[in-house]
Amino acid sequence: MALLEIQELCHNFGGLKAISDFSLTVTAGELVGLIGPNGAGKTTVFNLITGVYHPDGGHLYFAGQDITTWPSYRIMARGMGRTFQNIRLFKDLSALDNVRVGAFAQCSYSLRQTLFRTPGFKRQEAQMTDRAHQLLARFKLSRYALTPARHLPYGEQRRLEIARALISNPKLLLLDEPAAGMNQAEIGVLITLLRELRQEFDLTILLIEHHMGVVMDLCQRVQVLDFGETIFTGSPLEAQHHPAVLEAYLGKDGEPDEI
Amino acid sequence: MLRRRSQLLAWGGCLGLLVLAWILPASGLLNPYVQQVLMYVGINIILTLSLNLVNGYMGEFSVGHAGFMAIGAYIASILTVAVCPRFWGPWLFPFVLIGGGLGAALAGLVVAFPSFRTRGDYLAIVTLAFNMIVKSLLENIELIGGPRGYLGMARLTNVPWVVFWVLITLIALRNFVYSNAGRGVLAIREDELAANLIGVNTRRLKIYAFLISAFFAGIAGGLYAHLLQFINPRSFSILKSTDMLVMVYLGGIGSLAGSILGATIFTVLLELLRPLGVWRWVVGPLMLVLLMIFQPTGIMGLREAKILQPREEFGGVTRNPGTMP
Repeated sequence: MALLEIQELCHNFGGLKAISDFSLTVTAGELVGLIGPNGAGKTTVFNLITGVYHPDGGHLYFAGQDITTWPSYRIMARGMGRTFQNIRLFKDLSALDNVRVGAFAQCSYSLRQTLFRTPGFKRQEAQMTDRAHQLLARFKLSRYALTPARHLPYGEQRRLEIARALISNPKLLLLDEPAAGMNQAEIGVLITLLRELRQEFDLTILLIEHHMGVVMDLCQRVQVLDFGETIFTGSPLEAQHHPAVLEAYLGKDGEPDEI
Repeated sequence: MLRRRSQLLAWGGCLGLLVLAWILPASGLLNPYVQQVLMYVGINIILTLSLNLVNGYMGEFSVGHAGFMAIGAYIASILTVAVCPRFWGPWLFPFVLIGGGLGAALAGLVVAFPSFRTRGDYLAIVTLAFNMIVKSLLENIELIGGPRGYLGMARLTNVPWVVFWVLITLIALRNFVYSNAGRGVLAIREDELAANLIGVNTRRLKIYAFLISAFFAGIAGGLYAHLLQFINPRSFSILKSTDMLVMVYLGGIGSLAGSILGATIFTVLLELLRPLGVWRWVVGPLMLVLLMIFQPTGIMGLREAKILQPREEFGGVTRNPGTMP
């Protein structure tokens, strides 16, 4: 069963064709990589999937529903989680609060229950707070629970972003360059972490990554974008030797060097 | 056990405060002038708390809060003068205030919807326009006195009522802020797009925030009208909104304790500066300028007094084990 199905997605910024005819099917349990040179449109694809932009053409189906015109919060509440290329935590909120906001869509208490602080409200809040603490512990962030996110070290901020995305128990996790700015050792830890998370949380992952090592290690399948167009789909190993992919990254063979 | 006791203490404290507010004026220990100032302080606390929800917690810049206050004041006044029989006035007073609050909350929607599409400076302009529209409308409806104002209300506002409504506002806002809706509102302040992308329904929260904020501003308006027994559109001009901004930014954005502090200091200060005459009105705007330059987050600045935080808020973790600043 396809969890996410993207059909011939098109999107323009003004006159610029950012994405054209992008199709991708992600089956539950898969780990798919989306790669391509800078400016290829990878993040735009994520923004289209999560409703930041609405596509000029094409359709998006997620968990059996057409989400093409849905607003972001509704798409995410349906079972998606996302992290950002440049970390976008709520900087003045504590790590605990950052994670708890992620459970917004799961809280079913009404405004009346909130204002009167009813027992039902308290129960839900307590459950959610417990769960947030568990997640912080899972990501080795417990000691930062009440620290404003801005004071966390870089690697911890990256982990906190993943924890925030996971508290809502998403089916699909979109990771936008999770290894950006990490050294070799940290990348190794990240790869192990993502593998474990996939098992623990029963996740399907769509991953944007520049670091080929991460892609080779993790992804079963990659789709390569260049100037908004898909130039390759297949296994990561094949991608590395495919002429179109090499051309996109390194330039055409035999082309005279321009000075 | 410990939790029970602290809860008992909190409710006992509220009750004690109410009883005190009732006994003190009745005992004759407080002269009428002091009582008057106390009531102003209370009304200003309600206004500051309500404005802080939008400006401090949600991070929008609403500069037309006096508009909501005006609507509450006029509706409540019309209800007591023209609708309710005078004899029932004191009994119906809380309902009259709630009526004014609901009217103001409805007007809150007028500002909430534009806030979906615009924020920052542009939303500030929308709220400014809202304030002016309300004032001009009131000036042009002859039925309620037009620019001459509206009078005939009995002096129904007294110290116990003011204290009661301050407590209600404080409790309601505390309950809202320390919920996931409140955290969502904070998330809007920090990064609205990211908030949307982790499943926060920002539109609903904006409606909530403006509704609650406007409702309590309306309550404050009703209290104000029944204290002065006379209102006119000029009392709800931009200058009034500016005063509220000063109190919010003086006390501290995103802080309940800060709102109480800011409103109290500002109101008392203005009373002490009475000898300055007209120059007194320079103090507010001047303070706003200085605050924005030197201490934009105010005295409390995003911090909160311990007693105003629910015990269970952090799920057992009370002190930060980490040692970050």
